[in-house]
Amino acid sequence: MIVKSLTAGLAAISATIFGFSVGALAEGRLGVPKDKGIWLQEAASEQARLIESFNIELMWIITVITVFVFLLMFYVMFRFREKANPVPSKNSHNTAIEIIWTVVPIFILLFIGLTSLPLLYYQDVVPKTDFAVRVTGNQWNWTYSYPDHDGIEFTASLIDKATFDDPDAKAQVEADLTAFLGAPAKLNAYLLDTDYRMVVPVDTKIRVQLAASDVIHAWAVPAFGVKLDAVPGRLNELWFEADATGTYYGQCSELCGKDHAYMPIAVEVVSKEDFAKWVDQAKAEYADAGIIAFGR
Amino acid sequence: MAHENPTGWRRWLYSTNHKDIGVMYLWFAFFAGTIGFGMSGLMRMELAEPGVTFLPALFNMSEDQARHLFNVLTTGHGLIMVFFMVMPALIGGFGNYFVPLMIGAPDMAFPRMNNISFWMMPPAFILLLLSTFVEGTSGMNGFGGGWTAYAPLSTYGHTGPSMDLAILSLHVAGASSIMGAINYITTIFNMRAPGMTIHKMPLFAWSVLITAFLLVLSLPVLAGAITMLLTDRNFGTTFFDPAGGGDPILFQHLFWFFGHPEVYIMILPAFGIVSHIVSTFSKKPIFGYLGMAYAMAAIGFVGFIVWAHHMYTVGLDVDTKAYFTAATMVIAVPTGVKIFSWIATMWGGSLKFTVPMLYAIAFILLFTMGGVTGVILANPGADVALHDTYYVVAHFHYVLSLGAVFGIFAGIYYWMGKMSGKEYPNGLALLQFWVTFIGVNLIFFPQHFLGLQGMPRRYVDYVEAHAYWNKVSSMGYMITLVGFALFILVMGITLSRKKTVADNQWGEGATTLEWTLSSPPPFHQFNDLPKIK
Repeated sequence: MIVKSLTAGLAAISATIFGFSVGALAEGRLGVPKDKGIWLQEAASEQARLIESFNIELMWIITVITVFVFLLMFYVMFRFREKANPVPSKNSHNTAIEIIWTVVPIFILLFIGLTSLPLLYYQDVVPKTDFAVRVTGNQWNWTYSYPDHDGIEFTASLIDKATFDDPDAKAQVEADLTAFLGAPAKLNAYLLDTDYRMVVPVDTKIRVQLAASDVIHAWAVPAFGVKLDAVPGRLNELWFEADATGTYYGQCSELCGKDHAYMPIAVEVVSKEDFAKWVDQAKAEYADAGIIAFGR
Repeated sequence: MAHENPTGWRRWLYSTNHKDIGVMYLWFAFFAGTIGFGMSGLMRMELAEPGVTFLPALFNMSEDQARHLFNVLTTGHGLIMVFFMVMPALIGGFGNYFVPLMIGAPDMAFPRMNNISFWMMPPAFILLLLSTFVEGTSGMNGFGGGWTAYAPLSTYGHTGPSMDLAILSLHVAGASSIMGAINYITTIFNMRAPGMTIHKMPLFAWSVLITAFLLVLSLPVLAGAITMLLTDRNFGTTFFDPAGGGDPILFQHLFWFFGHPEVYIMILPAFGIVSHIVSTFSKKPIFGYLGMAYAMAAIGFVGFIVWAHHMYTVGLDVDTKAYFTAATMVIAVPTGVKIFSWIATMWGGSLKFTVPMLYAIAFILLFTMGGVTGVILANPGADVALHDTYYVVAHFHYVLSLGAVFGIFAGIYYWMGKMSGKEYPNGLALLQFWVTFIGVNLIFFPQHFLGLQGMPRRYVDYVEAHAYWNKVSSMGYMITLVGFALFILVMGITLSRKKTVADNQWGEGATTLEWTLSSPPPFHQFNDLPKIK
C-alpha cells in the first residue's frame, strides 16, 4: 500500500505544483491520464482496483528483487575489485547455493500465481450481466449498438484539433453532445473526446461484445481495467461494472492503420435513472427496428 | 598452404573464410543498425511534443502522409533491428568469427554455404528498403502494419506492393538464417578440437548452438505464415480472412510461434558473450558452467511453448491463458540462474573494470530490470492494463536494446583487439559507455510511466498529459545519439591505429582458444588441431 500512497502523494504534490486538478468535474469523475503521471489511472471498477492492487504486489516483489541484485552487484564490484582482491579464488561450484537460487524463485512465482490466476478468472469469465452493448471497430471509429434497447446504434468519431482550437465550433460540438446525452457535457481532451459517447448506467454489470468491420482493433478503458481485441469474424466478450458516474476515456490499442491514434473511446457513466431517460430519448432518434436483440 | 589467399574484391565476394564473412556481417549490421537507429530518431523527434509537426516539416508532406510514415518507421525500425542488426551482429558476426576459433576448428563446416548465407542478406535488406518507397496503402508508400504484420492489416489493409516486397525480404533473410543455423549446428557437432567434449565447450559456442536450433525450428514457421500472407494477398486464398473461413488469429499464433523463440535468438548469444567477459575480467572460471549451459537450453526449450503470452488480449480461452501464464513464468527460473551465476563468477574474483566489463555488468543489471517487468507482463491480470502500451515498449527495449545491444557493444570492445590487432582508445571508449548508458536509460525508463498511464504504443500523437515523459524520452535519444557518434569515433580511431595487440590481450583470465592465436588471427588457423586436456 505504500507504493499506492506514495503514488497518490506524488500526484497530489505535482497537482499543487503544476496547478493541475484531478477529476474535478461536478457531474462526476474524469477517467483520463494524469499529467506527468507515473502510475495506473485511477480505478473506477472492481476489476481495475484488483489490477492495481495486483500491480502493487508485483511492484513490491520486483523492486525487492531488483534492489537485491543491484546491491549484490555493487557490493561485489567494490569488495572484489582488483586492488582489494588481487588474487582471485578458483571456486566455481557450490551446489547448495545453486539449489537455493533455483528453488527460491520457484516459490516466488508460485506466490504470484496465487493472486494472478484467480484475478484472471475473475476478469475473464463473464458473469450474469444486465445487458449487452455491441462495439464494432472500424477504420477509424467505433460503432456502438444496444441490441437489448431496441437497437440504438451510433458511431463515435474523434473530434479534431480544429474544433478544439475554435471556441465556436467547440461550443457547437458540446451543445450537440449535451443534446445526445440529455445532460450537460463538455469536451475534456483532444485525442480522447468523440462526437458521441457510449452511455452506461453506474453499478451495473455490462457485457461488451466486440467485433470489427475491417482490420483488428482493440477496445480499452484503463479506468475500468478492460482491454480486448475487436477481430473481424469473431465475437469477443468482456464485462465491466463502473462504480462512479463520470466520463472515462480509452484509446484503440491494436495497430489498425494510418489513424490508429485517432479513434478514441469515451464512455459516459450515468445514474440508473438517467440511463433510463437516455434510452427513451435515444430510442426515438438512434434505434433501428430492424436490429434484433442479440446476445445475453 | 593448399592455395593462395584471395585478395581484392574476390577476397570478400567469393569469401569462404569464416573470419572474413564474420567481419562482413559486422559491417552489414553496423550499416543496417545506423539506418534502424536513424528511424527511431525520427520517431522520437516526432514524439518529443504533442501534435504531428516534425515529420510533415522534415519531409514536406501532409499530416495524413506523416501519420502513415510514422507507422512505416515503427515497422522498419523493428524489422531492421531484429533481422538486419542484432541477428547479423551476434550470430552472423561474432558467431562466424569466434565459434570456429573457440572450438578449435579451421573454419565452418560448409564454407560456401556460409558465403551465400551472408550474400543473401544485402538483397534482403534492399528489398525491405525498397518496400518503403513503393505504395503500401491508398496512395501512401511503405508498409505500416508493424513488424508483426498482423492480418488483415497486412492483407486487405495494405493492398499495395510494399507488403509483398517486405514478405520477400523476410523470406530471403529467413533462408539466409536457416542456412547459417545449419552451418553452426554441423560445425559445432563435428568440428570440435580433439578432447573438447560438448561439456568442455565455451559458453558462447553453447549459446550459438542453442540459438541455431531455435532458428532451424522457428524460422520455417514464419516462412509458412508469410507465404500464406502472400497467397492471401495475391492468389485469392483466405487463410486469414474470415470471409472465406479463415482466421486472423491463426496468423498471430504462427507469427508468435516464431516470434517468441526469436527474442531468445537475439539474447542467447549475448548471454554467451557476457559469460566470457565476466569470467575474463574476474580472472575466474565461470561459476556453475553446466548450470549456465543447461539454463540456456532450458530457456530455448521453454521459449517454444509460451508464444501466446503475446496474445493475452485477442480473446483466448481463459484456461489457455492460465496455461501460458504458468509456462511463461517458468522462464524466470533459468534466467535467474544465469543472473546469479554471473554475480557468483565475480564473487571472489579480481575484477578489472575495462570497457567490455562495464558493458557486461550494465547488461546484467539492465537485463534484470527488463526481466522483472517481463514477470509482470506474464500475468494476464496485470497485462490487461499494460498490453500494447509503452510499458511493453520499455520492457522489450530493456531486454533487447539495453540487453542484446549492450551484448554487441561488449563483444565489440572485448574482441576488437583480437579481430583487428588494434587497441581501442580507452578514455574515449569509457566516455562512450557512460553516455550511452545514461542516454538509453533516459529513453526507456520513463516509458514505463507512459505505459502505466495508458499511452498505447505505435501512436504518432498523444494526449497532452503524456507530454512530459515523452519529452524526457526524446532528450534521452539525443544523448544516445551523442553516444552513437562517439562509438563511430572510437571505432574510427581504433581502425586507424597500428597493430599492437598481443596474442592474449586480457591476460590470465582469458582462457578460450582464440587467445592462443595471433591478433588478428592468421587467415587460416589450426592447421594442426589443438588438443584439449
